[in-house]
Amino acid sequence: MPKWADILLIPILNLCLALIVSGLVVAYIGEPPIEAMGILIKGAIGSAYGWGYTLYYATNFIFTGLAVAVAFHARLFNIGGEGQALIGALGVALVCLAVPWPHWALALPVAILGGALFGAAWAAIPAYLQASRGSHIVITTIMFNFIASALIVYLLADVLKQPGNMSPETARFPEGARLPNAHDLLPWVGFPRSTPLNVSFLVAILACVAVWVLIWRTRLGYEIRAFGHQDRAALYAGISPQKIIMVTLLISGALAGLMALNAVMGEAERLQTDPIQGAGFVGIAVALMGRSHPFGVFLAALLFGILYQGGAELEFERPAITREMIVVIQALVILFTGALDNMARWPVERLFKVIQYKSSAE
Amino acid sequence: MHDDGQASQPAPAIELKGIYKSFGSVKANKDISLEVAPGTIHGIIGENGAGKSTLMSILYGFYAADAGEIFINGKPTIISDTQAAIAAGIGMVFQHFKLVENFTVLENIILGAEEGALLKPSLAKARSLLAQLAEEYDMEVDPDALIEDLSVGFQQRVEILKALYREAEILILDEPTGVLTPAEADHLFRILKGLRDRGKTIILITHKLREIMEVTDTVSVMRRGEMTATVSTSETSPTALAEMMVGRKVLLRVDKAAPTIGEKVLEVEDLRVVDGRGVERVKGISFDIRAGEVLGIAGVAGNGQSELLEVLGGYALARGAIRLMGKPLPLSGPKAGGRARRASGVAHVPEDRQRAGLIMEFHAWENIAFGYHDTPEFTYGMMMDHIAMRGDAADKMQRFDVRPQLPHLRAKNFSGGNQQKIVVSREIERDLRLLLVGQPTRGVDIGAIEFIHQQIIALRDEGKAILLVSVELDEILALSDRILVMFDGQIMGERRPHETSEQELGLMMAGMIEGAA
Repeated sequence: MPKWADILLIPILNLCLALIVSGLVVAYIGEPPIEAMGILIKGAIGSAYGWGYTLYYATNFIFTGLAVAVAFHARLFNIGGEGQALIGALGVALVCLAVPWPHWALALPVAILGGALFGAAWAAIPAYLQASRGSHIVITTIMFNFIASALIVYLLADVLKQPGNMSPETARFPEGARLPNAHDLLPWVGFPRSTPLNVSFLVAILACVAVWVLIWRTRLGYEIRAFGHQDRAALYAGISPQKIIMVTLLISGALAGLMALNAVMGEAERLQTDPIQGAGFVGIAVALMGRSHPFGVFLAALLFGILYQGGAELEFERPAITREMIVVIQALVILFTGALDNMARWPVERLFKVIQYKSSAE
Repeated sequence: MHDDGQASQPAPAIELKGIYKSFGSVKANKDISLEVAPGTIHGIIGENGAGKSTLMSILYGFYAADAGEIFINGKPTIISDTQAAIAAGIGMVFQHFKLVENFTVLENIILGAEEGALLKPSLAKARSLLAQLAEEYDMEVDPDALIEDLSVGFQQRVEILKALYREAEILILDEPTGVLTPAEADHLFRILKGLRDRGKTIILITHKLREIMEVTDTVSVMRRGEMTATVSTSETSPTALAEMMVGRKVLLRVDKAAPTIGEKVLEVEDLRVVDGRGVERVKGISFDIRAGEVLGIAGVAGNGQSELLEVLGGYALARGAIRLMGKPLPLSGPKAGGRARRASGVAHVPEDRQRAGLIMEFHAWENIAFGYHDTPEFTYGMMMDHIAMRGDAADKMQRFDVRPQLPHLRAKNFSGGNQQKIVVSREIERDLRLLLVGQPTRGVDIGAIEFIHQQIIALRDEGKAILLVSVELDEILALSDRILVMFDGQIMGERRPHETSEQELGLMMAGMIEGAA
């Protein structure tokens, strides 16, 4: 099977299958499927307003998707992106609140550092337990998600809450820590003033490039991939498994932590109890669909951004299609692109084989 | 001699017509046609990667052929899965046994062929049938023994009985002697001849010419996915077969001069290795290797040789002492890793190239730096120097004649022999004092064996010390200047190759006699 079919044709086929089944579900509840699909797509990419939200969601998913993808290269399944992003959000918030920042360009690098460090620190404990004790990170990271959530609720309710504020959240970040949004940066495009898309999107793209360099160009990336493919061989080559597990998960946690730049610093401008909104888990689907490749992660994140924004529009336009129905559609996409990946692969492989025979027979 | 039934011309037990199978761009089987007469032992010989295993996997229902037909006893048969193969009377004995270690012989035999929800009737039926089979084919085995308590030879017998219990008329054996001592192999051949004389048809896949000559009636040669010849064994010779396999003349013997022995390079003292389950695998062995000699370690697989190599290569824990050029090498801690060993001049061609020596998913050019990927040769700062890696790979692949000569091909897409050449080319041109070599020619075709042996001898003649671990006695005898035999984690004795014989070494490998060191 040619490479383009593997990376493009099969995901597209899977996506089409998911959309067809979604259409059947929509038709079953008595709504017109084609029209619903039209609303979804138009709502997501039909206007600058839609794009603003679509790319905002995509930014979140790029960070969490990269986090999962990096760990996948070492055959580690980090499902703690949710918790690592949440603790990363704490780091970003502390940075933003610590100093009356004069300008966002100063605040951003420090916030990047804060988010990455806090996210990595949250991954460090499961990483250490895996590396030195063999406690499986699938178990520990998911438990750490709950611990992170409880910790943030405690901090927001008891420690960081503003006196006089009724809700569990920090004070609003100072004006100098406000990241410019797409409206500020590109006033001529027509993004509305309140668009959530902000400069973090560019950070996300830089992160994609950085991950690509890390995995395919650096010595560390070479060792991570070698360890991921065959841990016995890594030992033979003198690569320390403990070191690779630690370092990979720290990088993974740092990437998840960076998500807070977008959701907390760029959008909410304060720390609330649940800024992550499940993006940590969506990151798993994004990494699976993107084949752990940064460019694939980018495309998959964009797709999920479209599904999120378009889904919200669809829910608004057709009240019969409820929030739950949107979740079903998203779940179908994850099911077909992630879990049922081999279903489309087999017939496509057969098809190419037949073509190959035909052409070699001639 | 038995009657091979040519006179009455019965339908062939197996007939394959025009079988094609490819994996990606690799054509594993190309237009294979084969006829196996009933009641014969039919050998299939060929280099690794020639397509023998693929062909047998198609016959046993693991793979579906892309094209072609299969006839069993003259009837067209579609073998869609192993159940269909068993129903067609085909049984397979794998190279790696598929037995449940902590089940009894009887339980293993009925596994997957239980009748009904209760085991008792099946077990009773199996017990009587087993007694009958054991008598008929002279294959005594205690039905209540646990598999883990049986020797490898007996475990193999259970595999054969398993197939016979499923009423197999056609038995396929894939490299059956790889794990056996010479005596056990001889016994296996007697059993196979007995089965043949009672009308069973046997297909024997092997890369050992001696076995083909000894036990088969007919032999088919495969090369590069094609069936190049089928000849009667009595009308051919090992040299002719080797030539057909490789496609050119090959040297079956290694030419070497007398060794020039230098100073002690490696000293091993009272080395003990305990595995993860707390079992002592190496039980206090001591030996040394001098510059300019090949020390061969003979033994049946699993007697502590692998652990010994891993300890010397720096990635298993051990107690005792090892010294390189008189200086102690650490056995644990950060200074004991594979990296530190390489830096001190120990290169290692590991036993298991597919799981240790190479990353199968990596390109050849990535593998050429494996283990040396942090040396200045292949890096600048934190980055890998891809240009240097590709250049080195292209150069080495050309000089070591790795085929196909495509540095961007993934390791898994090379044949066993070419994979091994990649490992060897990477390891032997270093600034090394000691070369550890484990099973250098396992799964390697004859042409490459010749080449790898020449490389090892050349290194020895340059004055390097070489530790050779192999389960192939031929190889040990051909290459070594001294031979140690390992059994059950201990050294049974030391021999000189010209003062010993396969029989004597075979007995020592089975732990039979205590040799004087």
